[in-house]
Amino acid sequence: MLRNLLLPVAAVGAALLLFGVFVAGQGASPVEVWATLFKGAFGSGFAWQNTLQRAAPLMLTALCVALPARAGLVVIGGEGALVLGGLACAGLAPALAGAGLAGTVLVCLAGAAAGAAWVALAGWLRQWRGINETISSLLLAYVAIGLFKHLVEGPLRDPASLNKPSTPALAEGLRIGGIAGSDVHWGLALGVAACVAAALWLRWTPSGFSVRVVGGNLRAAQLVGLPATRLILLACALGGAAAGLAGAVEVAAVHTAANASLIAGYGYAGILVAFMARQHPLAIVPVAILFGGFGAAGSLLQRRLGLPDASVLVLQGMAFVLILASEAVRDTDWRRFFAWLFGIVPPPQQQLPARSAPETTP
Amino acid sequence: MTADQLLTLVVAVLGGALRVGAPFLFVSLGECLTEKSGRINLGLEGVLVLSAMAAFGGAYASGSPWIGVAAGMLAGGLLASLHGVLCSLPRVNDVATGIALMLLGTGLAFDLGKPLIQPQAPQLPALALGGWSASPAVQAALQLNPLLPLGVLLALALGWLLRATRIGLLVRMAGDSADATRALGYSVAGLRIGATTAGGMVAGLGGACLTLFYPGSWNEGISSGQGLIAVALVIFARWSPLRCVGAALLFGGAGALGPALQSVGIGWGYHLFNVVPYLLTLAILVASCRPGRLAAGSPGELSAR
Repeated sequence: MLRNLLLPVAAVGAALLLFGVFVAGQGASPVEVWATLFKGAFGSGFAWQNTLQRAAPLMLTALCVALPARAGLVVIGGEGALVLGGLACAGLAPALAGAGLAGTVLVCLAGAAAGAAWVALAGWLRQWRGINETISSLLLAYVAIGLFKHLVEGPLRDPASLNKPSTPALAEGLRIGGIAGSDVHWGLALGVAACVAAALWLRWTPSGFSVRVVGGNLRAAQLVGLPATRLILLACALGGAAAGLAGAVEVAAVHTAANASLIAGYGYAGILVAFMARQHPLAIVPVAILFGGFGAAGSLLQRRLGLPDASVLVLQGMAFVLILASEAVRDTDWRRFFAWLFGIVPPPQQQLPARSAPETTP
Repeated sequence: MTADQLLTLVVAVLGGALRVGAPFLFVSLGECLTEKSGRINLGLEGVLVLSAMAAFGGAYASGSPWIGVAAGMLAGGLLASLHGVLCSLPRVNDVATGIALMLLGTGLAFDLGKPLIQPQAPQLPALALGGWSASPAVQAALQLNPLLPLGVLLALALGWLLRATRIGLLVRMAGDSADATRALGYSVAGLRIGATTAGGMVAGLGGACLTLFYPGSWNEGISSGQGLIAVALVIFARWSPLRCVGAALLFGGAGALGPALQSVGIGWGYHLFNVVPYLLTLAILVASCRPGRLAAGSPGELSAR
């Protein structure tokens, strides 16, 4: 367990070091950058609120990667499910303007349903035609964004939104408010609850277990008669529902209407969160908070140190690359490695046997 | 719509196919070479964006668009070689690495390219092939990207290289059977890193097309998914460099549809027409993929998974 945790943390540490070198190349002081990153992410109550607010959609979009991944699919089109979720929420809202809490629940469900359909479509294309779901989900995300822009700038546009095309703002009663007077909205609780529910589902329910079997070994799953296609579609739909919910929550709690601010890259950052959490729903919660913090610190880096706002993207990219590369050293026997490094014992004659090789018992 | 408008539209789409298709051609050739060696590079999207920025920056700093082209190739090759090396590590998945490099490449390009959004860099000189026509629309449509003929030559050369040369045979062998390659004493990792890097350099030329010709400026939305569409294009072209030319032109035409309609005054559904290339890609994938069946020409190592 500790070992599983150590490696990604070390990878993020290495990414921070590398990022220091990168910003030094741009003329900023690495120490100052690290300090600003920390201050902007976790350094004050305000920073924490900002961080947690950004963590909420990340948890949900990370589930959009993690759940299909447990069924053996690499889905990266969460951004599409998110914008369609936000669009469905904003599109349904005028009809439910006076419905209060029940209306809020309904617009959120509409968002989840839109997201579920979109990602399930990628899963279905794979099962029906064998189309690589990584490519199709991303293409579908671009289609979703085009559709979103068309509807927000055309049929669904509020004529009063002049410079920035938006849908009509959600009625006061439909909006999602802050937790106990803070800026952190209830979407955070929703995100944590979704992660916990996903973990429980995978661990304790027959369908969750079946999904893991399908993802672990499709052949075995088919041999015991599991309905692989249905399970894959289920995992995709649940993941898509999470991302769609993220879009609905962003609309109902942050932007109050669907507009271009919704296309903020949460779907793509969610991929990174899911991979760092090794596709485990519970691990997504802390990782999402960490990356929410990076996002929150981004604007501070821009204001205080004059770095481009995209520099946080560079940090994320470096973290992603190093997390993946760290897989390569997962099974390394570090004691032997250091012993060899410091010349205590001669280098190993041959590679260690692979994990699957039979153990030789003495 | 009048007949005159229709003619303008057709000319604009055909001309757009040649202009918009050029980056598609290079990225799909790069992806084709990479996949022939048995590796998928989804990171070509990142390669395309980074090399587009590098090409623009190089041209702006040096004053010569051709130095920009070289800078784009260099940047593309560097990022792709990182993909090649990372994927050669044990237990590192090439799809996940591709996504990571997509993110890193875009991040680097947006960050380093911030100061390049305003200025104008010298552009590649156009090949004006429309001189024979009296119509200004035809003349404008036939303002060709000078890299496009180069791309067609490159497609021919790549096809010949893969078919008839020793190094091409080795690349194909690494793609078809890693075991056979190893048995003959060649380094699978080395061949794949080489092919991935070369593929990245070719894709870098596509990036140069984006910023040094049409549309010809650096901005952050310069390539929305063109690198990924290339992955699908290669499947459509059944891993043949020559067929990549036709596929790229088809996609160029689809991509030019939105702007072409706008040019004849049809503003409705601009964003919808812009998604035509993505829908076309999906349609082509639906038409050309079958579960459980090998696509003709597909490298064996790619289908084994």
